[in-house]
Amino acid sequence: MLKSYRKIFIKRYLVRLFRLSVILTALCFMLLFLIFPLVVVFYNSFKEGVSVYANNIIRKDTIDAVILTLKILLIVVPLNTLFGIACAWYVTRYSFRGKRLLLTLLDLPFTVSPVVAGTVFVLLFSVNGLLGSLIEKWNIQIIFAFPGMVLATLFVTFPFVARELIPIMEEQGQEMEEAGRMLGANGLQILLKITLPNIRWALFYGIILCSARSIGEFGAVSVVSGHIRGKTITVPLEVEILYNEYNLTGAFCVASLLCFIGIITMILRKWIENKDPLIKYREGSRYGD
Amino acid sequence: MNKSYNTRFILPGYCLSLGITWFYLSFIVLLPLSTLYIKIWGISFNDFVSAVFSVRALKAYQISFGLAFLSACINSFFGFIVAWVLVRYRVPFRGFWDALVDLPFALPTAVAGISLTWLYGPKGWIGSLLESYGFKIVFTPIGITIAMIFVSFPFAVRTIEPVLKDLDPEVEECARCLGASRWRIFQKIIFPSVLPSLVTGFTLSFARAMGEYGSVIFIAGNQPLKTEIAPLLIVMRLEEYDYQSAAGISAFLLTVSFLILLSLNFLQFWNRKYAEVI
Repeated sequence: MLKSYRKIFIKRYLVRLFRLSVILTALCFMLLFLIFPLVVVFYNSFKEGVSVYANNIIRKDTIDAVILTLKILLIVVPLNTLFGIACAWYVTRYSFRGKRLLLTLLDLPFTVSPVVAGTVFVLLFSVNGLLGSLIEKWNIQIIFAFPGMVLATLFVTFPFVARELIPIMEEQGQEMEEAGRMLGANGLQILLKITLPNIRWALFYGIILCSARSIGEFGAVSVVSGHIRGKTITVPLEVEILYNEYNLTGAFCVASLLCFIGIITMILRKWIENKDPLIKYREGSRYGD
Repeated sequence: MNKSYNTRFILPGYCLSLGITWFYLSFIVLLPLSTLYIKIWGISFNDFVSAVFSVRALKAYQISFGLAFLSACINSFFGFIVAWVLVRYRVPFRGFWDALVDLPFALPTAVAGISLTWLYGPKGWIGSLLESYGFKIVFTPIGITIAMIFVSFPFAVRTIEPVLKDLDPEVEECARCLGASRWRIFQKIIFPSVLPSLVTGFTLSFARAMGEYGSVIFIAGNQPLKTEIAPLLIVMRLEEYDYQSAAGISAFLLTVSFLILLSLNFLQFWNRKYAEVI
């Protein structure tokens, strides 16, 4: 009798020990790989005091980089939003052949290396590239200039809005739009009064993901930018340049700006997920469905 | 057939949305990507082989694919544990840990690169500790693996998490009542239902790690034949204005990406079939 009690007791103890060790493993892993890198950025940028930090931020190069990044953002996000709404409408409201193919294409930037994306535009628009003769004739610079960087960022970020909208619009169905149609609304009215209010959180979520990615994009932009100081340097490229000049503190200061944006992004995402729990659920199950 | 014909034209905007979608896709994605294959079509076979399968390129593929595979394995393992802890256990500050998983998506890769390099370097908190025991991480393949683990970690967790959440507790309770041990429940019920999403997460994080450039170049040291990854080799070739080789290597990587996309689609099919059986 006593023996079996002891057995149960030991077993329960072991189960609890196992559970504790699993939790500790998970938290230690996240500490080592996720928290430490974030803390390191702020530690290194504020190590030499707030005045050094402020000086690094208000340098002309940094401000130029911020302005260029914002310019790219202001072109890329509206275009991708327009595409996202059109594509989601097309995919969820009509049935057509090749839907599977279209959905697969939307996954493309997640599996294609950003460097390959940049290379493709270099090959297309450089002087001896496929459209090189056209470019020369019209005398416009695309590669190693602003338009090339916009194109590369577009390639990397195009599916973000569409991918958030498609599952939500699929879920909501089209009864409301149909009812609106029956009552005599035209296409624009349906879009503005029915569809957009219904998908507003998902749309907002997609826009946030898209902007975060376009601000932080490094690989693709770095290939097409040509690293011309004051002209084609975005914020992540500025971080790289400062780092390669052995200005470690400067690099971390500029990096901390990007970290702030990243943290704001995360907080906004959490906030939207609380508003509309459906989004959170879809987020992960897009492949596992 | 009749039904699909009807629904197709009830709502307006078919032509408009079709036009925007395909125009945008072909201008931004399809046209540029097809250039790559047009470009290598112009290269003679021998040139192509010597560019794409040179000793340096082969070594770079080996490093990229091998380490991406390794980091995907590590991510699947720890991703499962983290997802399990987040779904099943009551941990303090659960919301914080949950948000933290998405950090690599929110943090630009260049920032991750310099911060990991400092952290695991000779001056950093972890690097200096390991250095005193004779371990060197930065500028070795281990460093590359760490950067790859960082950038592709969320894929592993976020694909497993919803499946774990959806597992029916009644099935497990039933198994428990019938006398199955905890290990047996895990082995026979939990693991098989999570397996498809585990494989999907593995594939996604492999794809991401394979193409990763921003964070890896800082920590890798970039020595040819030792710590040079394939995307970096493309950049090197572009800087040498050797566009043919760059196109060849890019086309090779792109083809691998397409194969991964294909296998993801297949996995989705497998998942659905599995869901129907349950």
